[in-house]
Amino acid sequence: MNRPNLDLERLADRHRRMHRIRAFEERAVAALEEGLVLGAIHPSIGQEACAVGTVGSLARDDLLLSTHRGHGHTLEKGASAAAMMRELFGREGGNCGGKGGSMHIADFSVGMLGANGVVGANINIAAGAAHALRLRGERHIVCCIFGDGAINRGPFLEGLNWARVFDLPVLFVCEDNAYAATTRTETMTGGPGPAARAEALGIPAHAVDGNDVDRVAEAATELRERVLAGAGPQFLWAKTWRLTGHTAVDKAAYRDAGEAAARWKDDPIARAAQTLRAHGVGENILSGHREAAVEEMRAAYEEAKAAPWPETAALYADVQDVGDPREAAFRW
Amino acid sequence: MVTTTYMEAGRRALAEEMRRDPTVWALGEDLGRGGVFGQYAGMAEEFGPLRISDAPISEAAILGAAVGAALAGTRPVVEMRFADFALCAVDELVNQAAKARYMFGGQGGVPLVVREPMGMWRSSAAQHSQSLEAWYVHIPGLTVVAPATPGDNLRLLKAAIRSDDPVVYLEHKDLWGIEEELGADEPPGELGSARVVREGSDATVVSWSAMVHNVCEAAGELAEEGISVEVVDLRTLWPWDREAVLASVRRTGRLVVAHEAVLVGGFGAEVAATVSEALFGVLKAPVKRLGAPRVPIPYAKPLEDMLRVGPDAIAAAVRAQLLGPSPG
Ligand SMILES: Cc1ncc(C[n+]2csc(CCOP(=O)(O)OP(=O)(O)O)c2C)c(N)n1
Ligand SMILES: [Mg+2]
Repeated sequence: MNRPNLDLERLADRHRRMHRIRAFEERAVAALEEGLVLGAIHPSIGQEACAVGTVGSLARDDLLLSTHRGHGHTLEKGASAAAMMRELFGREGGNCGGKGGSMHIADFSVGMLGANGVVGANINIAAGAAHALRLRGERHIVCCIFGDGAINRGPFLEGLNWARVFDLPVLFVCEDNAYAATTRTETMTGGPGPAARAEALGIPAHAVDGNDVDRVAEAATELRERVLAGAGPQFLWAKTWRLTGHTAVDKAAYRDAGEAAARWKDDPIARAAQTLRAHGVGENILSGHREAAVEEMRAAYEEAKAAPWPETAALYADVQDVGDPREAAFRW
Repeated sequence: MVTTTYMEAGRRALAEEMRRDPTVWALGEDLGRGGVFGQYAGMAEEFGPLRISDAPISEAAILGAAVGAALAGTRPVVEMRFADFALCAVDELVNQAAKARYMFGGQGGVPLVVREPMGMWRSSAAQHSQSLEAWYVHIPGLTVVAPATPGDNLRLLKAAIRSDDPVVYLEHKDLWGIEEELGADEPPGELGSARVVREGSDATVVSWSAMVHNVCEAAGELAEEGISVEVVDLRTLWPWDREAVLASVRRTGRLVVAHEAVLVGGFGAEVAATVSEALFGVLKAPVKRLGAPRVPIPYAKPLEDMLRVGPDAIAAAVRAQLLGPSPG
C-alpha cells in the first residue's frame, strides 16, 4: 500500500476521532431505545471520514453550517460530547439548553452555527455567513455541509450562485451517502450530479473518496487554502454511504441487503485501522481508541441522564426582545 | 364495518378516488416506498410510479408542478411530509395556486390537494411541529381542512380531492394511530360542515384536529361535575360552519375555542370575534380562547408539554365561564 503523504500519527488521530463519532452515535441510538433521547436522530454511521476529514481540517474560527445528520460535524468542530448528549436528552446544559435537540444542535462558541431541520436551508445561510466574514474583513472561511438530496432544492442553485457572484469564502461540501431518506438519490437527480452542477455555476469542484479520511482531509485542507487565498467558493463532493437507516428507527428494508453488507466492508473506520495496522501500529492502540471513545460517551451518557430538565422559565426565554410570549389564555 | 386508523383512512380515501378518477395522482418525496409515515403503503404497487410519483427534495417544484398539472386537467395530491416543509413552497401555493382561478377570470381552476401533516409529535421541535392553519385561512382561494377522526379523514380527503379548488389538507401526526369503525362505502363529506361531537347545554367548546380529543376528555370530566358541555368540531376552517357554532352558542350562552396553534392570531380569534359580533347580547360570559404561547416549539419534553392545551386547561376555562375566575 503506497501512500505518498501517509503520516501515521495523523491518521491514528483521525482514526481516534472517527471512533468518537461512532461511539457517540451508538450511545445515542441506545439511549433513544431507552427513551432518553426524545426526538428523531439521524446517525452518520459510515460517514465519519467525511466529518473528520472536512470539519477536522477547519480552524477553530472558521464557521460551520451542518444538517440534520450533523453529530459528527458538531463533535469535530469542538463541541463537548456531554453537552451534545444533554441536548439530545433535552436537558439543562445541552448546547441549546435542551430546546433544539439533535436536528437543531449548534455551538456558536466553536463556530458551529447550526444543524438544520430543513434540507438545503443551510446553503443560503452559509453564503450569508461568508458575506459577513468578508464585510468584517476576517480571514476565515465558512464550511457548509449538505447531503446529496439537498442539491435538488432551490437554495442549492441560489446559494452557490450567490457565493460565486460575490466571490465569497465558502467551502461547500456535498456529503453524498447515496440516499435521501428512502430514496436512492440518483433516481431523482438529473445529470451527472453535484460536481457538474457546481461547475456550471462557476465553482471549481473536486470529487473525493469520502471513506478515505486522509484523502478527504487533504482535499478539504487544500480547498480551504484556496478559499483563504481569495479564489472564491470551492466545492467538495465526498462520496460515502449511509450504513444504517435514515433515522435511528429506520431499518432500511428498501435497500439491497447485499449492497449494504458489501458497504459495511468499506467502513471508513475499519479502513483507517487496516492502513495503520499494515504500517505496524499495534492492535492495542487501535482498540484503545475504540475503548476510550466508548468510555467518553458512556460518561457523557451518564452525565446527561443525571442532568435536570430545563427550568420552566426557559420556555419563554430567547424568543425575541420585545413583546410578551406568554400571551396565551391558559390562565384567568 | 372495518376498524380503520386515521392514517389508513387517508390511504383509503386516496386509493378509492384514484380508482374512481384516472386524473387523480399523487406526488411527493419517498412515496414509492410508502411515504415517510407509511400513508402511501402499497399504493405504488397498485397504481404504478406514474400515479404515485416519487419526487426529488424540491418542494417548490413539487407544488409548482402540481399547479401546472392541475391547470392542465389533472387532480394532483401533493404530499408535503411535514407542514413545516410546505413553507418551502409558499409562493407556489399562495401566489400561484390560490389566485389562478380568480386572476385568470375563471378560465381554469387549480384542483389540487396539499397534504401537510401538522402538529406537535414526540419532541419534533421547532421545525417539525407547527400548526399553521390560520395562515392558510387568511388566503382567499384556499380551502382548509383539519380532520380529527378516521371517518372524517376518509370522507373529507375524498371531498378535498373532488374539490375544484386548492385544498390545504392538514392531518395531525399525533392522530395517525387512532381507530374508528368505518363502512365499506363511505361517500365524500361536505367541506364547511361542522360536527357536534357531544351535545350540551352550559357551554360550547369549539376546536378542530387533535384538540377535539382533549376537548372531549374535558367534557367528560366536567359532566361528572354536572357541567354540560357541547363539543363542536369544525373539521374545515375555510369554509367554516358559522351557523353551527352560532346555533350552539345561542343555546349555551358560553364559548371556549381551543387550538394547538399559537394563540395570537390563531383561528380561534376569528371564531371568537364572529360570535362576539353576532351574539353579544346572548353571551353570559366573555368568549375564551385557548392556544399556545407565542414561542417556537421546544424539544425538551417538559417544555413542550407546557405548550399543550390539555383537558385540564379546557375544563378550567369552562368552569371559569360558569363560576367566574377562580381565586388561584
Ligand atoms: C425541505 C425539506 N424537505 C424534506 C425534508 C425531509 N427530509 C429530511 S432528511 C431528508 C433526506 C435528505 O437527504 P440528503 O440531503 O441526501 O441528506 P442525508 O439524509 O442523506 O444525510 C428528507 C427528505 C426536510 N427535512 N426538509
Ligand atoms: Mg444523502
